Amino acid sequence: MEIKVLGPGCPNCSMMEELVKKAIKELGIEATVEKVADIKEIMKYTMSTPALVVNGKLRHAGKPLPNLEKVKQLLQIEKI
Amino acid sequence: MLRNIAHYFTYTLLKLEHGTRLADALDFFVYDTLKIFLLLSVIIFAVSVIRSYFPPEKTKRILSHKKEFIGNIFAAMLGVVTPFCSCSAVPLFIGFIEAGVPLGVTFSFLISSPMVNEVAVVLLFGLFGWKIAAIYAGTGLLVAIFGGLIIGKLKLEKWVEEYVYKFHSGQEYEITRQTFKERLQYAKESTIDIVKRIWLYIIIAIGIGGFIHGYVPEDFLLRYAGPGNPFAVPMAVLIGVPLYANAAGVIPIVYALMEKGLSMGTVLAFMMAVTALSLPEMIILRKVLKIQLLAVFAGIMTVTIIAVGYLFNAIL
Repeated sequence: MEIKVLGPGCPNCSMMEELVKKAIKELGIEATVEKVADIKEIMKYTMSTPALVVNGKLRHAGKPLPNLEKVKQLLQIEKI
Repeated sequence: MLRNIAHYFTYTLLKLEHGTRLADALDFFVYDTLKIFLLLSVIIFAVSVIRSYFPPEKTKRILSHKKEFIGNIFAAMLGVVTPFCSCSAVPLFIGFIEAGVPLGVTFSFLISSPMVNEVAVVLLFGLFGWKIAAIYAGTGLLVAIFGGLIIGKLKLEKWVEEYVYKFHSGQEYEITRQTFKERLQYAKESTIDIVKRIWLYIIIAIGIGGFIHGYVPEDFLLRYAGPGNPFAVPMAVLIGVPLYANAAGVIPIVYALMEKGLSMGTVLAFMMAVTALSLPEMIILRKVLKIQLLAVFAGIMTVTIIAVGYLFNAIL
């Protein structure tokens, strides 16, 4: 699974990254997490950061951040 | 009812004696805390529900190709209800420009968003009454409308970084459809998120009101920035510009300054300067704006806020 956390680097964005890493660990799935700070790259998906992209699909954008349970759900949408 | 809870807590539970300074202060503190948190939760929840209808993508669509003036008014108002993290100021700015939102209109949005928000208005309402809250919100919108309008009239597009106008993501971001139940869920999460981040500041603000009330001696601040000094407003604004705090963070300072006897207009102008302009925001915006435009932006905002401060002092 290929996960991208989009955000130019603010506290909210780092929190999002932490959440995602925690979710991956708890779910026990194989995934790469990439942090994307490049504006052009971000704007391919959205203009609201922090955002979460899973396998090329935008799953979350903006505030408020999803909680851990929600992140787990977002990561698993494709499997279902 | 809240009064009774406060009385019960102070006099029955803690068995403090009636009429003592500590008991009075605590009674006031408990009552105010309950009142403001109740107000905050209800209003943030309501605003969040409204917010769920105005994601940035939709706001962009509403504002694109709007004429100036009407566009500025819309932008200032949408700035209040569109949720956005200050970290997304840059993608938002580029997205707006790309969608054909005029530069001045984009600025109206960027100005009103941090300055006029539900937290600021509720706190002012809870601590100083509805009049002050309404005046703050009203003039905040005016500052955003006119600030943006002036920037638009000056035709400063040349001072926007070139790549912004060349930028074509070509994306029409889809707006996710939400059921009403999902909106309520979003509002609940948003309310918890905001209250979690600001509760401490509010307790401090109320604490200042409750415990320092009446204890604060005449201070040198009053001599230099009190109502008698015609330069109090510009001084307060110039001090406030480089400082940064969100609406909740600045409230304790606002309360303390009021207690020290500064006039309302001076304090509100200070609050506007702190929330609307900040160094971190400038650094973020530097990615899309040239230094000249940043300077003009800061200049216009400073002058407008100073004018508003004098206006407040004249009418309050």
